[in-house]
Amino acid sequence: MSGDARTAEPVDVAKDAAGDADDGYRPSERRLAHEAYRRGRARRSALIATASTLVTAVALYLLVVNSPGWEVTRRTFFNLDYARQALPEVLRGLRLNLELMLGCGVLILVFGLLLAVLRTLRGPVFLPVRLLATAYVDFFLGLPMIICLLVMITGVPALRLSGVTTDPLLLGGAALVLTYSAYVSEVFRSGIESVHPSQRAAARSLGLTNAQAMRYVVLPQAVRRVVPPLLNNLVSLQKDTGLVSIGGAIDAVYAAKIIAAHSFNFTPYLVAGLVFIVLTIPLTRFADWLTGRMNRRQFQGGAV
Amino acid sequence: MTAGVARAGAGPAAGPGEVLRLESVRKTFGGQVVLRDVGLAVPEHSVTALIGASGSGKSTLMRCVNLLERIDDGAIFLDGEEITDPRADEDAVRRRIGVVFQSYNLFPHMTVLDNITLAPRRVHRAGRAEAEARALELLERLGLAAKAKEYPDRLSGGQQQRVAIVRALAAGPRLLLLDEITAALDPVLVGEVLSVVRDLKEQGMTMVISTHEMGFAREVADQVCFLDDGVVLEQGPPEQVFGDPQEERTRRFLSRVVASGRLQG
Repeated sequence: MSGDARTAEPVDVAKDAAGDADDGYRPSERRLAHEAYRRGRARRSALIATASTLVTAVALYLLVVNSPGWEVTRRTFFNLDYARQALPEVLRGLRLNLELMLGCGVLILVFGLLLAVLRTLRGPVFLPVRLLATAYVDFFLGLPMIICLLVMITGVPALRLSGVTTDPLLLGGAALVLTYSAYVSEVFRSGIESVHPSQRAAARSLGLTNAQAMRYVVLPQAVRRVVPPLLNNLVSLQKDTGLVSIGGAIDAVYAAKIIAAHSFNFTPYLVAGLVFIVLTIPLTRFADWLTGRMNRRQFQGGAV
Repeated sequence: MTAGVARAGAGPAAGPGEVLRLESVRKTFGGQVVLRDVGLAVPEHSVTALIGASGSGKSTLMRCVNLLERIDDGAIFLDGEEITDPRADEDAVRRRIGVVFQSYNLFPHMTVLDNITLAPRRVHRAGRAEAEARALELLERLGLAAKAKEYPDRLSGGQQQRVAIVRALAAGPRLLLLDEITAALDPVLVGEVLSVVRDLKEQGMTMVISTHEMGFAREVADQVCFLDDGVVLEQGPPEQVFGDPQEERTRRFLSRVVASGRLQG
């Protein structure tokens, strides 16, 4: 494996070097021989990778198709007629998921950042604030999402408070915000702590107050660093918007459930699941790309 | 709370034109004594060089003066005010002291210009145009005007360190602390940074410099302090400390430095 990595990379570099230099340089016999050898190794690696992937895929396929319950499973989960019937309904419901994701996402970012900053406040006056923020994060990090949702959707209306909504969609959204703010605040906090103390020292030595050092020096760097993990949280939030359907709001999952309930066929669930996957893949790839780009760019010049 | 704290009861009055004064400063880190009993007086418009082996407390002394570390005992005075008084406004004190660090510590997410104008704009409440004009003027003087819009990671170490000096100057400090500012630079880049310090001396900036560049200390300093084992073991004009050291330990330190090629013997 490490052999592959070694053979793969220098080939590109060598090609670049030969491509851009314009000084009459002719590659030596030795270099050409080395490159030919590396190309051979790279071809061999590609062949092995293809073969092993094919073998694995075929083995998996045979295992599934030859299982005793395959015929029944195929009919209940992979029925094209039901898939065609479910898709428009699921997509209609998906609109709700997307709205929830965007609306909640913005609130979560704001609350998460606020919680993270509150926890960094120093000074005796802020002790209660610090304690509250810490307790909040501890509580909602541990509380299972589904329980938080149930308590919000069924518990809040039971209080019969006047002026407080009983709309399961809003309450479900609130539950998402409560839980995810805790997650996101931990992400922000790790970002804040990843900024080297010398940066804060430099800011303070210029006469900036603690709050100014935080605002102008620490936070901008911290937020930039946590963008990739935040995108992962967004992917996760996108999936969890499906849980809001337990309150009766017709989202993609609930739309699938309605069809499944009167047809006794589970294909609609599979359709809903695929739609979510199709939505998350670009986000995940974008997060990967962004992480890679930031890793390459970070401090090329060696500033601490 | 402005800088007017603790003038009463601040102990002995500062001498005329004295910017910084340390009296019996003690600083320990977890039982380890770094500064045992340090006394020092820095006259206005003078350059004080701190020399001594690594770990002799030079950087700690700098950090204590800038209140980045709290001293255990003794007192530090800036323009006659005790800045180590717990009632002193630390932010107000830091506004009057500029610091340049060994590792530059520029803010990587800001352009050179934003690095320099941050303190003038946010601390001294200067307008953007005014702060930028002044920053560009300073950059121009150091031959860095073309780099104003660059980010620090696009600059060489020597350029970054010169920007760090400009950033410290832009806040209009009364005193400049330079903490081994050439230690992270390769020899070719050391010269360009040291010539900036030379210019600052010409302009009358009061500076405290900790350095391993003995030749430079000898040339630029008005007084040299040899720190050893947490005390100022020897102190005086450079000709005396380098040319005719009184203490055995100073002689030994300097002969090691000569052997390593950092000072012509």
